[in-house]
Amino acid sequence: MAFKIITSQCTACSACEPECPNNAIREKDGTFIIKPEKCTECIGYFDDPQCVAVCPVDDTCVIDNSYPRYEAA
Amino acid sequence: MENQASVASIGIDQVKSVDQIMQQVAEHKGCGTSSEGGKASCGSSGGPEDMDPAIWEKVKNHPCYSEEAHHHFARMHVAVAPACNIQCNYCNRKYDCANESRPGVVSEKLTPEQAAKKVLAVASTIPQMTVLGIAGPGDPLANPEKTFKTFELIAATAPDIKLCVSTNGLALPEHVDRLSQYNIDHVTITINMVDPEVGQHIYPWIFYKNKRWKGIDAARILHEHQMRGLEMLTERGILCKVNSVMIPGINDQHLVEVNKAVKSRGAFLHNIMPLISAPEHGTVFGLNGQRGPTAQELKALQDSCEGEMNMMRHCRQCRADAVGLLGEDRSSEFTTEKIEAMEVSYDMEGRKAYQEAVEKERQATVAAKQAAMADLEAEFSDVKILIAVATKGHGRVNEHFGHAQEFQIYELSTEGSKFVGHRRVDLYCQGGYGEEDALPTVIRAINDCVAVFVAKIGGCPKADLQKAGIDPVDKYAHEFIEQSAVKYFKEYLGKIKSGEIVHAARGDADIRQGAYIAA
Repeated sequence: MAFKIITSQCTACSACEPECPNNAIREKDGTFIIKPEKCTECIGYFDDPQCVAVCPVDDTCVIDNSYPRYEAA
Repeated sequence: MENQASVASIGIDQVKSVDQIMQQVAEHKGCGTSSEGGKASCGSSGGPEDMDPAIWEKVKNHPCYSEEAHHHFARMHVAVAPACNIQCNYCNRKYDCANESRPGVVSEKLTPEQAAKKVLAVASTIPQMTVLGIAGPGDPLANPEKTFKTFELIAATAPDIKLCVSTNGLALPEHVDRLSQYNIDHVTITINMVDPEVGQHIYPWIFYKNKRWKGIDAARILHEHQMRGLEMLTERGILCKVNSVMIPGINDQHLVEVNKAVKSRGAFLHNIMPLISAPEHGTVFGLNGQRGPTAQELKALQDSCEGEMNMMRHCRQCRADAVGLLGEDRSSEFTTEKIEAMEVSYDMEGRKAYQEAVEKERQATVAAKQAAMADLEAEFSDVKILIAVATKGHGRVNEHFGHAQEFQIYELSTEGSKFVGHRRVDLYCQGGYGEEDALPTVIRAINDCVAVFVAKIGGCPKADLQKAGIDPVDKYAHEFIEQSAVKYFKEYLGKIKSGEIVHAARGDADIRQGAYIAA
């Protein structure tokens, strides 16, 4: 599983981009997206997913249920 | 948990002891100690005669740091810093309206390269534009690469433009040295509290050291960083303005403590601003019905802090992409699309010559005021009145009543005239009132004033103003504001003496809260 950004909620403030330890976040068409195959939910890096912790709009960075849960190697 | 422990160990007691040390430091240096009564001598209304020459040189053409300068010199903000590292209850980043005018709002974000280009375009069109600030729409120091890249590009192409930055202070300590390297000598910190108990009601969370901190822990970390950052600026001789948002019932009384704390740490100027709060902004305060202060409440707090330190009264709480004199916004002339089409040639000599002419104009307004003051010397009275002035700038009464977007407010007494604030009036939707209600809105905004000075006024509004007890005055059209104000005041005192009028206290006035909806 990975995190995803709800496009309609995203203010494109870019706060999440530099915080991501996996460089999984980039700007696309005026908003930000998370590459699910790169996202590790910050497991192994931080206690909290960084995009969720820094995002100014609640419930914008959320679990993407269409991906299997990330498991640390 | 490591963070938690280290934060807990730097408690309020220690901050207080730092406070005592800084008080001693402040007593020995800085600009706030030379005049009588220990009052800062160099704040917003000070001029060259009561200021350290080195400081005067820094502020004389900075519209935000000098009240005198703000009538003549312009500033611009470039919106290169969208990310923020804290959440404030008066801010909602989802709300983004092109016609809204308040901090944190922008029409378009810029890259540092676009910003540099915009600065050149504006500097070529508005030669009295002397200051470039980065004020968000997030926190500039939460976007350090974009912020410093922008400063670097502008310093290379337009070295005569002053650079300044405005921050919540959380990331300030780690960036102070870099600010110093880029010759940034004006930094604004927004400080709304010096007690985390108060702060927890203003800041729901901060993002610090890869973690979201909430409640009192968040407020404590923020407070400590703000105080340390301010001290570090003072040590490096960087002028610091402190902005505080006045939130009735939450920090209004507490801001007196904030004022003392920042003064003792060497802050140059304190700017207490009214909370802007309306449900349509979607902020926590807007949605829970938190009100902003009235004009009288704001002025009373500013007056009570002024004994300690000079106060900024001319702040327009501008957008993070504002362009022009403080009372105007020309940002719509400089969209990225329009800039692409502009031919820009940076004429530094031309700008310098123009600014010298503006400087002469500024000196002329001061001379006119001093000449008028001599007239008041024989007057003794404890009467104080407020007047509203319609002006387009240049220190003159030069705007038509019906065209005024704001009125500047001056307090008149036998001490002379003093700029004490401004009221935005037009284009704001006041809780659903339409155009036909524009005049009552204006009257509510200047209801505490005895007179309104205008270049011209129509018959209808004139009669309505008189009915509301406000004297519409057009005989000073195109003359200097303060000189005219002093003349008016002398006449006013004469009329009281002769019994022609009876002086009575006026009521309170509104500070605009609604969204700016008409373009």
